[in-house]
Amino acid sequence: MTHNINLHALAQLVPVGSRVLDLGCGDGAFLDYLQKHRGCSGYGVELADTNVQACVQRGVNVLQLNLDQGLTLFGDHSFDVVLQIDTLQHLRNAEVMLRETARVGRIGIVAFPNFGHWPNRLSVLQGRMPVTRRLPYQWYDTPNIRVGTFADFAALAEKNKLQVLDAFGLQDGQEVRWLPNLMAGTAVFKFEG
Amino acid sequence: MIAIAQTMHFANTLSLQSGASLRDYHLAYETYGTLNADKSNAVLICHALNASHHVAGVYAGQEKSEGWWDNMIGPGKPVDTNHFFVIGVNNLGSCFGSTGPMHTHPDTGKVYGADFPVVTVEDWVNAQALLLDALGIHQLAAVMGGSLGGMQALSWTLQHPDRVRHAVVVASAPNLTAENIAFNEVARRAIVTDPDFHEGHFYAQGVIPKRGLRIARMVGHITYLSDDVMNEKFGRQLRDAVVGSDTGYRYSTQDVEFQIESYLRYQGDKFSEYFDANTYLLITRALDYFDPARRFGGDLSKAFAVIRAKFLLVSFTTDWRFSPTRSREMVRALLNNQRDVSYAEIDAPHGHDAFLLDDPRYMQVVRSYFARIAEEAPLQGGQA
Repeated sequence: MTHNINLHALAQLVPVGSRVLDLGCGDGAFLDYLQKHRGCSGYGVELADTNVQACVQRGVNVLQLNLDQGLTLFGDHSFDVVLQIDTLQHLRNAEVMLRETARVGRIGIVAFPNFGHWPNRLSVLQGRMPVTRRLPYQWYDTPNIRVGTFADFAALAEKNKLQVLDAFGLQDGQEVRWLPNLMAGTAVFKFEG
Repeated sequence: MIAIAQTMHFANTLSLQSGASLRDYHLAYETYGTLNADKSNAVLICHALNASHHVAGVYAGQEKSEGWWDNMIGPGKPVDTNHFFVIGVNNLGSCFGSTGPMHTHPDTGKVYGADFPVVTVEDWVNAQALLLDALGIHQLAAVMGGSLGGMQALSWTLQHPDRVRHAVVVASAPNLTAENIAFNEVARRAIVTDPDFHEGHFYAQGVIPKRGLRIARMVGHITYLSDDVMNEKFGRQLRDAVVGSDTGYRYSTQDVEFQIESYLRYQGDKFSEYFDANTYLLITRALDYFDPARRFGGDLSKAFAVIRAKFLLVSFTTDWRFSPTRSREMVRALLNNQRDVSYAEIDAPHGHDAFLLDDPRYMQVVRSYFARIAEEAPLQGGQA
């Protein structure tokens, strides 16, 4: 899973020195960044062989596990921060994993493409599924099996009694706090269980 | 790469876990690559059931004498001997060079046979540590092994936490399951009930319990493969179908009918020609006994608290003898102790044997891991 969103802005959400579990860590670039620039330590979880390879290559601890099988390896609140950066949308059991994220981490940080972003709405209004820089796939080949909006996630968080500590949008590398569900291509939530 | 087998003699007594001891013993070993000036680039390779100190390279003038992990270790290979000084050592009790049941007991002047003391993974590690002492190596850059070899690599990090920077544990487990002990017991019973076994003192009788060894190897071999690979390789093919019959069957209970039977018999025959029966008993027992969590009420996380090494664990999805579940138990115990660990679960079809084969994902992850080790400096205080 690629981290094609602003990692710097997300890194600011991770307290310095945190023990981090990065679910769907991709090639390990974000964990590497957190280790080098924010004194963090931790592990990535990845399924794809090439990403596991890339993590080992750059010296990031990586565990090759299928997130659809849950987080049974990890104890309650065993991490300061659990990340799901562009991961949620690929998970079959997205809600279970959200609860698991809150169980394993003291803080959860989730970022995902916001389907409510206005160009996406416009596209659907015109009768076609959106194909954008942020959602570059056609409807028939997208790996994003969960498409939801900023507002949808807020509702899911409430349903699961998660306490949202911060929530905003990201667009062109900038935080969007004014109408994020409309104005931002990426939704970001920081919460605790 | 030309390999040269060497021998190190130890005059001092080695106390064993059982309370018994060995004296005047020797260890067969080989080394590849060059030990650097600060002796920080040593990698120890631990072998599994039927392997030896001949890990890599070939013996001079013997073309087909590649070491058992020659695909993994050598110049430019995943464990690159251009950078690392790699040591392969044969374990005590083996039949490939180190002191074992076929050697002479210094007290009695007779061949040990069944009197060779029971050795454990921990005993092997202690003996390996003495070899390193003799070679002037205090700390290993890495210790690596697959299967039973992986148990030794793990045990290194528990017995000598300051002497290992990295452990690479492939297709292994923190102990054997009941099913696994059961397979070992079938193999042992096959050997000890062979009339040629003579309670382990068959050397004096001039016989070898080959029947037992053959069956032991056949059972073992089945467990090293996966159902899929066996089906793909042999399926229900007949070795020599009867021509003109609609089934091709011989309708015989004792002839070799299916190809898989032929294959297993061949493997068994080959094995019985070179492997020692007492060694087989000793090594399978070492497997059975290994259980570092036992002294901690079965709590592997508590057992792992002493670990300082960083880990790479690798398992293979179709390995049912040392399944991924077992590797994940070790991952979990390392996580609980906040140790550095990476874990690759390779989706390979070959069962337990995969750890000796050339899966490119497996090779690459080991290569990447060792490349990282090569870049890092030894731990401060590592020479203390």
